[in-house]
Amino acid sequence: MRVGVVQFPGSCDERDAAFALTVVGAEPVLLWHGEADLAGVEAVVVPGGFSYGDYLRAGALARFSPVMGAVADFAAQGGPVLGICNGFQVLCEAGLLPGALTRNENLRFIHRSQPLRVEADCAWTRGVVPGTVLTIPIKHGEGRYVHDDPAELAANGQVLVRYCHPDGTVDAAANPNGSLDNIAGVTNLAGNVAGLMPHPEHAVDAFLGSTDGRAIVGSVLQAVAAR
Amino acid sequence: MSGLGIPKPAPHAPQLAKELGLTEDEYGRVVEILGREPSVAELGTFSVMWSEHCSYKSSKIYLRTLPTTGERILVGPGENAGVVDVGNGQAVTFKIESHNHPSFVEPFQGATTGVGGIIRDILTMGARPIAIMDPLRFGDPALDKTRWVVDGVVQGIGHYGNCLGVATVGGETVFDPSYNGNPLVNALCVGVMRSDRIQLAVAERPGDIAVLIGQRTGRDGIGGASVLASAEFGEDGVDEAKRPNVQVGDPFAGKLLIESCLQLYAEDLLSGIQDMGAAGIACSTSEMASKAGLGMLVDLDKVPLREPSMEAWEILCSESQERMLALVSPDKLDRVLAVCARWGIDATPIGEVIEGDRLIFTHHGEVVHDAPAKALADEGPTYHRPVEDWVHPHAHEDVDAMAAPADLGEAIRTVLASPNIGSARFVYEQYDSIVQHGTAQGPGADAAVLRLPAMDAEDEEYPRGIALATDGNGRWCALDPEEGAKLVVAEAARNVACTGAVPVAATNCLNFGSPERAEVMGQFRDTVKGLGEACLALGVPITGGNVSFYNQTGEAAIHPTPVIGVLGVFEQVVTHVPNAFREAGDVLFLVGAPTRPGLGGSEYLWRVHDRIAGRPPRIDLEEERRLHGLLWAAAEAQWLRSAHDVSTGGMVVSLVESCLPYGLGARVVPEQGVNPVQFLFSESPSRVVVSLRAPDAEQFVRLCEARGVWAQKLGMVIEEPVLQFQDLLDVDLTEARRILDAALPAALGLDA
Repeated sequence: MRVGVVQFPGSCDERDAAFALTVVGAEPVLLWHGEADLAGVEAVVVPGGFSYGDYLRAGALARFSPVMGAVADFAAQGGPVLGICNGFQVLCEAGLLPGALTRNENLRFIHRSQPLRVEADCAWTRGVVPGTVLTIPIKHGEGRYVHDDPAELAANGQVLVRYCHPDGTVDAAANPNGSLDNIAGVTNLAGNVAGLMPHPEHAVDAFLGSTDGRAIVGSVLQAVAAR
Repeated sequence: MSGLGIPKPAPHAPQLAKELGLTEDEYGRVVEILGREPSVAELGTFSVMWSEHCSYKSSKIYLRTLPTTGERILVGPGENAGVVDVGNGQAVTFKIESHNHPSFVEPFQGATTGVGGIIRDILTMGARPIAIMDPLRFGDPALDKTRWVVDGVVQGIGHYGNCLGVATVGGETVFDPSYNGNPLVNALCVGVMRSDRIQLAVAERPGDIAVLIGQRTGRDGIGGASVLASAEFGEDGVDEAKRPNVQVGDPFAGKLLIESCLQLYAEDLLSGIQDMGAAGIACSTSEMASKAGLGMLVDLDKVPLREPSMEAWEILCSESQERMLALVSPDKLDRVLAVCARWGIDATPIGEVIEGDRLIFTHHGEVVHDAPAKALADEGPTYHRPVEDWVHPHAHEDVDAMAAPADLGEAIRTVLASPNIGSARFVYEQYDSIVQHGTAQGPGADAAVLRLPAMDAEDEEYPRGIALATDGNGRWCALDPEEGAKLVVAEAARNVACTGAVPVAATNCLNFGSPERAEVMGQFRDTVKGLGEACLALGVPITGGNVSFYNQTGEAAIHPTPVIGVLGVFEQVVTHVPNAFREAGDVLFLVGAPTRPGLGGSEYLWRVHDRIAGRPPRIDLEEERRLHGLLWAAAEAQWLRSAHDVSTGGMVVSLVESCLPYGLGARVVPEQGVNPVQFLFSESPSRVVVSLRAPDAEQFVRLCEARGVWAQKLGMVIEEPVLQFQDLLDVDLTEARRILDAALPAALGLDA
């Protein structure tokens, strides 16, 4: 299965995303930001990094790139799209996901291993029972999720994962960046587009630590199969 | 070429020379070399190229004595960074540099451009930069100024490394009042490449085109090398007027530069490349031409400028960041420009390589500079500065004979609460340490362990790797520069050996006060002597680095602070050994050497007695080397479940650090005949605590005997989170963890 990985100038984790896709059995294909052509891929990952230097606002410039026009069309047709970290920011800026990401509450970049509670039973967490705790690294300076109506998001089953304690408890002390209701990732209403601040592609290799990210990266395959 | 015209002499040349930092003698030599009065542009280039920072004029007579060759060394000092063969057609390049002065004047920008500069050195060699380490030294953490510097430096390092997608995998965070007016921001970068793709900073053929790649040239950083890094700060500290001498970094431009250069290398489009750091165009052109015995003709009107009003000397000496100078054969020029355009980065032909040895710059149609490239790059002055033996005023005191403190438990808590011992999590949580999916062991450990990208299917199955450690110890070196330098090299190599890697090469960053002070030159001479001896004995030749003098504010010089980075190689990285204990029931051995008197310059003496005094412990380099050999052999046999050296803070700190990661404890029988204070706090070298499965212990002991390595059973790992020193005291590890976690934030006045 061919899965596209978008490459912007300033992307940093595109090769990590490609590596993770290989680990779960997909064939990664790099998609250049300047081309409005998805090369026939069956799913798209928008990876982490600092697209276009994140000038103006994280993700604000990337949404105007030719490739994002093609990604928006693909998403509108129900194609599976996953945004990680900067990719999540880009998808929010592009209006493909609800809400926005602002600077971390402490105004610093934060990198740590972070427990997450899986919330929704959506295309991106197939095979993971809601309530499962995954430990996946976060590394971002602008990951504080905001939204006008988080209750509605939850009611719609659009909350993907929340920051939690290792035992699954969700409270303010488990919130690394001040995100609203500890929200770490969301999906669109249709469920085919998802984004999250944590980096599942950095948790796929036992030699380097946690392999909990495979559940999310591997969901790309299941999302395609489910179409 | 001289038919183009002769540069106009500078008005009031001798006075201008002095303002630019050239001495009277140096000015005389410039006139002699040129056979005429220099132009303004020529004064500019000579003053930066002959500055301490660029020419090593005070240090080179000593640096020549360092060992620089070894069987794995593909490129030694003299290029942008040393290159080490790691096998299977792969090479690793690494170097450490300082960015001390700019980081005190403007901490955020100083640190970002320090990281940017060392990354470009690695990139210039042809490698993809994969990791950064940052040994940092700051003043008293209670001072507002220190806190401001720490915050800016840490955020600056993170900002640049994170945005570039290069992992920051380790370093040091050390506080000592000797750095109050002169913090040390050192940065090491390592990169990886195919060994047949090494790029060199040398011109090849006349007619090759010089292409300026990257950012536009502006007025930032003019004189960074000569004015800032080659003079001390005044009594009142930083002169606000020096702030414009600091460059400003743009990591996005740096990222584009990396990706575009890597594509240029992969397509084999360049005949030479040099980054532009200190002294910008002047330095890159003169070095590449001089090495080839050729000249260069550059039209400064073609250099893209941020400010069109810039004069020739400003264009030549600007230290604007994220720029490279590539030499390209004319038939490959179009492709080079196309690759750069794809990445959205400027690439502009500005000149060509010419026959002869002249470095000629034209501006507005006139020749403004016509000087031999060699004179600038290689024939700078060499100084035999006055040297005076350095003797620390408290080095003669016998601190090992001091009375034990009344309450050992309190002493332990005091040492653990030191910001030099406590967890640096506040710092490294601001760094991406995992990007490029190679970090097997990151910040918080003695050494970083990195898995290298696979070259072929065999690598896929059994990946190779490297280990990297940086170490420094200003207190030891202040008390005895020669012995201190040996101890520092040994510690860095030992940290690498503890991971199971074989230490193969070193890089050094030598941070000192003013070379115009005889006692500082005495410290420098002795340090280099100790350094050379230890590097030779431990098989880690110096492949590159830098010297930072003038870390001095008025009468106050920093401790002499050599910081050493050691690189180790794994044939198979999967066998790497962690620092932390793994399982209750494992047995503990102390190997290498027994605990010897070692309180001179120790953390215990500093924290508990508020003193820097005594002689640092002695080291037997042969004993140290045997220990390293034992560690690799035992790691290869897969007997070592953990290995952690005993260093700053002594045995108690080493054991606490080994227990905490997995929430374990240890029961320890102190060595016979060693007094408790020494056993707990001595920093005597060549000691490592290893843990083994009980059934492996016998074979391990036999291996130690066969290799002539001292070893003694120390105790065992236990389930309960407590460190029990038999017949002495217990240390509650829950409390220890709380103290370690709070130490640094508390010292800096932050919420934990």
